[in-house]
Amino acid sequence: MKGKKKTIALAVYFILLFLPIYWMLNMSLRTNADILSTLTLYPADPTWKNYIKIFTDSDWYSGFINSIIYVTINTMISLTVALPAAYAFSRYTFIGDKHIFFWLLSNRMAPAAVFLLPFFQLYSTIGLIDTYIAVALAHCLFNVPLAVWILEGFMSGIPREIDETAFIDGYSLPRFFVTIFIPLIRAGVGVTAFFCFMFSWVELLFARTLTVTSAKPIGAVMTRTISATGLDWGLMAAAGVLTIVPGALVIWFVRDYMAKGFALGRV
Amino acid sequence: MMGIVLDSVTKKVVAETHLNNISLELEIGTTTVVLGHTLAGKTTLLRLMAGLDRPTSGRILVNGRDVTGMSVRKRSVSMVYQQFVNYPSLTVYKNIASSLKMSGMSKIEIDRKVRETAAMLHIEDLLDRFPAELSGGQQQRTAIARSLAKDADLLLLDEPLVNLDYKLREELQVELQDIFKKREAIVVYTTTEPAEALMLGGNIVVIDEGRVLQTGSTPEVYHNPATLKVAQLFSDPPINYLNGAVRGDAVRLEQDIEFPLDGHLKSVPAGSYIFGIRPNHFFLSRVSDKDAELRVKVELAEINGSETFIHVSHGDSRLVVQEDGVNPLRIGQEITIYVNPACFFVYDTAGALFASPFNKGSDRRPAWPA
Repeated sequence: MKGKKKTIALAVYFILLFLPIYWMLNMSLRTNADILSTLTLYPADPTWKNYIKIFTDSDWYSGFINSIIYVTINTMISLTVALPAAYAFSRYTFIGDKHIFFWLLSNRMAPAAVFLLPFFQLYSTIGLIDTYIAVALAHCLFNVPLAVWILEGFMSGIPREIDETAFIDGYSLPRFFVTIFIPLIRAGVGVTAFFCFMFSWVELLFARTLTVTSAKPIGAVMTRTISATGLDWGLMAAAGVLTIVPGALVIWFVRDYMAKGFALGRV
Repeated sequence: MMGIVLDSVTKKVVAETHLNNISLELEIGTTTVVLGHTLAGKTTLLRLMAGLDRPTSGRILVNGRDVTGMSVRKRSVSMVYQQFVNYPSLTVYKNIASSLKMSGMSKIEIDRKVRETAAMLHIEDLLDRFPAELSGGQQQRTAIARSLAKDADLLLLDEPLVNLDYKLREELQVELQDIFKKREAIVVYTTTEPAEALMLGGNIVVIDEGRVLQTGSTPEVYHNPATLKVAQLFSDPPINYLNGAVRGDAVRLEQDIEFPLDGHLKSVPAGSYIFGIRPNHFFLSRVSDKDAELRVKVELAEINGSETFIHVSHGDSRLVVQEDGVNPLRIGQEITIYVNPACFFVYDTAGALFASPFNKGSDRRPAWPA
């Protein structure tokens, strides 16, 4: 009896969770006329028209490509910077280490809009506006502290004696770090990469303010569906579905690491 | 001198002194046991010798060369930790081979060396496994094999067997003894256990609260613990103390026990002393007609494997009697214990050794008991 109640509760929860996603999928496979005319639980006359439009119109698909490019750059920069930083916080004591660590974290607490104006002005001055690197660097503002914070937790879980043993064996610090240490915290690196990817992927404010055309993210492209003739519901839903796909794929690949990461580290 | 020399080495962390002005000379080809309680500074001492930490003051010389500030990478050391430290992402084979690979040894040489070392520690069948797939004992064998493969001048072992169960510990103690004998290295082994120190033999450094209390050959220090503190550290359970005085040709212990001066006690002049008696020198029945008798009250009988530690009180003094076998004794029971004065350690009131049942400088056993 108790098991049955649990199953029902879970089922209800999942229905609530998946309803908006399903509805978006449903909409993306219908024409605008169909969407606006009747309420149907499933597309009676499914059409790929919306998807075909996105994959053939360069304005649309370049939005996806732009997003993927700056997100990848950002994830790589964040990890490259955060790995040594987290190692330093985890292994060494230096003046103000705890304060700097907290300050890093507090960067995440400030609303992004606060930093928008300085970024825009600075990037305009040095001519970085509308480049991939501009968005990638701006996203580092909140991804690097997060990455340092997560990685530090994983690194502190590795006994210091491993480092010492490696140095006794004759490893140099960089060689030890790359060949022994990183493999030990690969779950942490996976989790960190996932979070960097996710935050950068869903961030819209910086991404659209710092770009004009050539590095425009998909989020900004989606606003094109609003026009004088009204809203293109089907097209927007299709773009929405495609926006979920990369995140879902990443989760699928790092799901084992995620589970381990949630159990071990500081996620 | 070939070996390692510590020249008035002090290590302070913030305001806390971990090691206080330590001077030691350890020769190549010798095994040195560092005996002391937890937090005595044993690990700090090893870390300084290895070069993992820098002393606050003082110098460390290896084969006559000052290495005080030298990076651990450039030194010829290997170390075994109390925790089982292996690279979790490498197989046992690669773990053992790691330092050899770094030294640029040829593949064939490495293979020979790894298999030879693994055979020495009986882990030759486990070479393809990962450390997480091994039992604790096998993990520590791997860690020891890794440190042995390197053939370093300085082999440091920090309580390597403390996290293993009793049986494994005994097994490894015997094996390690043989391995150490065959090595042309300075072996330094820390332990909190007197029995382990005695088993390994060699030389001993007794340290407490960051200071060296006594150094010498292990049996000699065991037979002539220079101070009450050393006697206490080098006896498990700790040595018993009884206050006493020598008057004329008799010893008076506490208030009520008196026996004549005999054997090594003959030379003790009149005065107040503290008598140290190892727990295994007390007996529940008379062994010799020279035995002194003590009426005591049983406080606790602690059964420890095949032995019983009987905690008893005599007036204000608390004593521990170590007896073979399991002794069913009631708490609060009044019993008589016997001890032969021939095995008394005599300390003056300042705690320095005055007379020992063993002749200073020799390992000769006394007439009775061992």
